[in-house]
Amino acid sequence: MTSTEFTSLVMPFKDKVFRLARRLLVSNEEAEDATQEILMKLWSNQSKISSYNNVEAFAMTMTKNFCLDRLKSKQAQNLKIVHSNYQDHSVSLQKQVELSDSLSWVGKMLEQLPEQQKMILQLRDIEAYEFDEIAEIMEMNPTAIRVALSRARKTIREQLTKTHNYGVK
Amino acid sequence: MVLNNIEQLLEKYDLGETSLAEEQQLRQYFLNNRVPEHLESYRLMFGYFEQAKTEQYNKDVPLKPKKNNVYRWISVAAVAVLMFGIYISQPEAPKTELSQLSPEEQELYYKTVEALQLVSTQLNKGTQQLAVLNTMSESYTEGVSKIGLIEEFSNTKNKIFKTTN
Repeated sequence: MTSTEFTSLVMPFKDKVFRLARRLLVSNEEAEDATQEILMKLWSNQSKISSYNNVEAFAMTMTKNFCLDRLKSKQAQNLKIVHSNYQDHSVSLQKQVELSDSLSWVGKMLEQLPEQQKMILQLRDIEAYEFDEIAEIMEMNPTAIRVALSRARKTIREQLTKTHNYGVK
Repeated sequence: MVLNNIEQLLEKYDLGETSLAEEQQLRQYFLNNRVPEHLESYRLMFGYFEQAKTEQYNKDVPLKPKKNNVYRWISVAAVAVLMFGIYISQPEAPKTELSQLSPEEQELYYKTVEALQLVSTQLNKGTQQLAVLNTMSESYTEGVSKIGLIEEFSNTKNKIFKTTN
């Protein structure tokens, strides 16, 4: 397999890998490193690639495992992955009231979810995978996935309604 | 009517039972319509999901050309051949077995052995004659010890003569 063939194989899902990594690791840099790591692992195992019937699901599972390991090892060392993707929030009062900022609330609430729910919500509502695919990626059964997804969606919405009612928005 | 339909879908959505098509329908609704107050939280969620979808990974991954195992083994083989070549081209090790030698060399070998034997017999004769010298030196040391006796005798004799004087 040449590197162009590989790139075209990987192209459709590399953003998904990155977004999942970013969802779990929060930091942009960490997520970029993770994505690179995973693509390079795929590249070095390319002889096996053809034996997987779903390379994308395989890559996503790899991403999940890699990021969870990463989080665990950071936790074990008592370190937190610190993200430095701060933006200038003091642009104008006008802007703050705008939609984009209230959307970032959703992101913050997503961060509070347990890892499993985070991933499932990411895979379903952002990447729009079928339940079967999510089951394959997460190595769980579809029913458990629906339950976790429902829980995640409800939590987020409750949080949002709360924030909304407090008028913090 | 539409709203009613949407609310039904949202209920299913909360339970995690909507299909992808239904979710797409919800998304379209929330992105394109003015949403009643009580559904505001859904609007935020769908808005966020839509936005999150646009994030991209734009870095290049340095793909090293895959190391070819065949080339690796060829290089190993080449080294082996080289080593063998060096070993072969070394001057032959000296022969150690008599049977490996050519007739002339064997003849030479026997002559040398003969000559060395001659030297050794002469040397043995010489040592036999040296044995005579050895006995001579033994009797000499015997004599010396006897002289010691004479000296002692003269010492006591002197003492005796001193006391009588």
